[in-house]
Amino acid sequence: MSIQIKDVSKAFGSFQALQDINLDIETGELVALLGPSGSGKTSLLRIIAGLEASDNGVILFGDEEMTHIRTTERKVGFVFQHYALFKHMTVADNVAYGLKVRSKKERPSKKEIKEKVKELLSLVKLDAFADRYPSQLSGGQRQRVALARALAVEPKVLLLDEPFGALDAKVRKELRRWLRRLHDDFHITSIFVTHDQEEALDVADRIVVMNEGKIEQIGSPEEVYEHPNSPFVYDFLGNVNVFHGRLEDGTWRNGADSLHQQALAYVRPHDVAIERQKSAEDAVQAEIVHIHVVGRTVHVELKQGDTDRFLEAELTKDRYRELDLKPGETVFVRPNQLKVFIPEDYSI
Amino acid sequence: MAGHIPLSYVGKSSGKKSAEEPLAIRVLLISVALSFLFLFLLLPLLAIFIKAFEQGMGLYIASITDPDALSAIKLTLLVVVLTVPLNALFGIAAAWAITKFDFKGKSILITIIDLPFAISPVIAGLVFVLLFSSHGLFGDFLFEHDIKILFAVPGIVLATLFVTFPFVARELIPLMQSQGSAEEEASLTLGANGWKTFWLVTLPNIKWGLLYGVILCNARAVGEFGAVSVVSGHIRGLTNTMPLHIEILYNEYQFSAAFAVASLMSILAIVTLILKNIVEWKAGEHG
Repeated sequence: MSIQIKDVSKAFGSFQALQDINLDIETGELVALLGPSGSGKTSLLRIIAGLEASDNGVILFGDEEMTHIRTTERKVGFVFQHYALFKHMTVADNVAYGLKVRSKKERPSKKEIKEKVKELLSLVKLDAFADRYPSQLSGGQRQRVALARALAVEPKVLLLDEPFGALDAKVRKELRRWLRRLHDDFHITSIFVTHDQEEALDVADRIVVMNEGKIEQIGSPEEVYEHPNSPFVYDFLGNVNVFHGRLEDGTWRNGADSLHQQALAYVRPHDVAIERQKSAEDAVQAEIVHIHVVGRTVHVELKQGDTDRFLEAELTKDRYRELDLKPGETVFVRPNQLKVFIPEDYSI
Repeated sequence: MAGHIPLSYVGKSSGKKSAEEPLAIRVLLISVALSFLFLFLLLPLLAIFIKAFEQGMGLYIASITDPDALSAIKLTLLVVVLTVPLNALFGIAAAWAITKFDFKGKSILITIIDLPFAISPVIAGLVFVLLFSSHGLFGDFLFEHDIKILFAVPGIVLATLFVTFPFVARELIPLMQSQGSAEEEASLTLGANGWKTFWLVTLPNIKWGLLYGVILCNARAVGEFGAVSVVSGHIRGLTNTMPLHIEILYNEYQFSAAFAVASLMSILAIVTLILKNIVEWKAGEHG
C-alpha cells in the first residue's frame, strides 16, 4: 500500500510542528524519518496513524483518502517506543488482541487465532514466552512482542515510533537487522522514526531528513550521506569539519577575508588527508591534539594553525603507521572532498 | 604504591553504620510514637467498646435491634449503595476526561473536583437547603410536582454524593496520568473501538486504584455527619443515618446505646482499613 502525504501542517498552540509536508512512499518501501527531537517526525507518524489530526492537508493510502478515517479503521500497525504492551495480559493474549476485538462476523475462530499467535511468536522467536507477562521480559523481547502484536492484524502499513530507542546498543543493532530481514520477507510498507542516523543509514531504503517541521532532504542512505543538500543534513548525518573560507572566482579558498564572499566548506573526517609536507597550496597547518584508535580506524583530533579551530580526521591504521603521528606534532591537513555552503542564517 | 589501603582504615570502615542512631535515642523515639498511637488512636477505640458493653450484652443487642437503630442502619446502607457506584462512575468519567483529553478549563475542572474537600460539610449541606427548601431556587417547582428532596432520603443521598465525590477521581487522576495513553492508542491501532478499549485495557489497568478509591468513598459515605445533619431533618425511623442516630442517643444520655451503635460503625471502619491494606498490597504486587 503506497502512502501519499500532501501539504500536511500541524501546530500545537504557537509551536509549528509540521509545515506543508509533501511525501510519497511507495508500496513495500522501508522509509526512515530522521531528525533531531522537535523536528516533527513523530507528529507526522502519528498523523499517518490517525492518532493525531492534521490542521490541513491530505493523507492517502493507495487511492483511498484517510484524512478523516479513524485510527480504528485505518489498518495500520503501530509500534511504540516504550512498547505499550498490555501489562495485564500474557504475551499470547497481547498478540491475539487485535484479532479478538474484531466484530463477530470478521473474527477468526478461536483455533485460527491460536494458530496465528503461535506462528507470529515463532516469527519473533518467542514461542517459549507465550504465557509470560510483559514485565517478565527484557526490553528487546517486549519490542518483539509489540511487533508481533502489530503484525497480527495484517496491517497495510507498519509505523514504528523510535522502535529501538529504549534499548541498549547491542540489542538495538540486532533488532534493526532483524527488522530489515523481516521487511525483506514481508514487504509491508513501513515507516520508522528515529533520531539515530546510523540506524537510518543501516536499515532504510530511503531516508527523509526532517528539521523544524520541514523536510530537508529525501534520498537513499548513500545520497543523503554522500551528497547532503544543506549544512543541516551534513551536520546531522555523521561528523563533519567546517572550514571557514571565501569564494574566489567560483572556487573555495581557505581563510576568510573582507574582499570576498564568505563560504563554509564541509568535510567529512575520512575526507581529511594528513600530510607531513605541504603538498598543495590549500593545505592547512595543524597541530595534533589527541589520537585515539577505535578498531581499524584512527581518530585524530587537530587544532588548525590559522584559526585555532578544532578538526577531526579519520585514517586507516596503515596510513597512521606510515605517518608515525604523535600528539603535539605539527602536520598539514587537506580536504580531499568538500562541499561549500554560503552562510546565510545557518551558523555552526 | 597505588592501590594499597592501610589495613587499619579498612577495619574502621567495616564497623557500625554511621546512619544508625544510638540506642537511647531510638528507644525514646519509638516509645514516644507508640504512646501517642496508643493514647490518641487505640485508647478511644477501646473506650467505645468498653462503654458499649458496660451494661451487659443484653442492652447492647437491644440497642442495635431497636427499630430506630435498625432503620438508621438500613438508611445508611441505602445511601452507600446509591452513592458509591454513582461516584465510582463520575470519578472514572472525570479522571478519563482529565487525563486522556486536552481541553480548555482543565485546571478549573481539577479544582472543582477538590471543592467538596475544601469546604466544610455543613456548608455543603446548607447549599442543598438553599436549592431545595420551599423558599429555595427550585422550591416552587418541587412543591408543584410534589417532590420531596429536603428532609427526605433524596436530600441525604445528594449531600453524601457531593461530599464523597472527590475520592475516586482523586485516586484515579494521578494513576491514569502516570500510565499515559500509549496502551489505549495501541488498542485503537489494533482495531478496537473506544468502548472495547475501555473495558479491555483501561479498566484492568486502573482496577486496584479504583477499588481503593471506592473503599475510601464507602468509608466516608457511611460516616458523613455534617452535610447529612443539615439536610436530613432528624426524623427518627425515617431520615436518621447511623451517625445522626448516635448523636441523638448521646444527647438523650443513652450512652451505652450510643456507644453500641458506634461500635458497629467502628467495626465497619476496621474492616475498611483491612480491605484497604489488602488492596494496597495487591496493587503493589501487580505494579
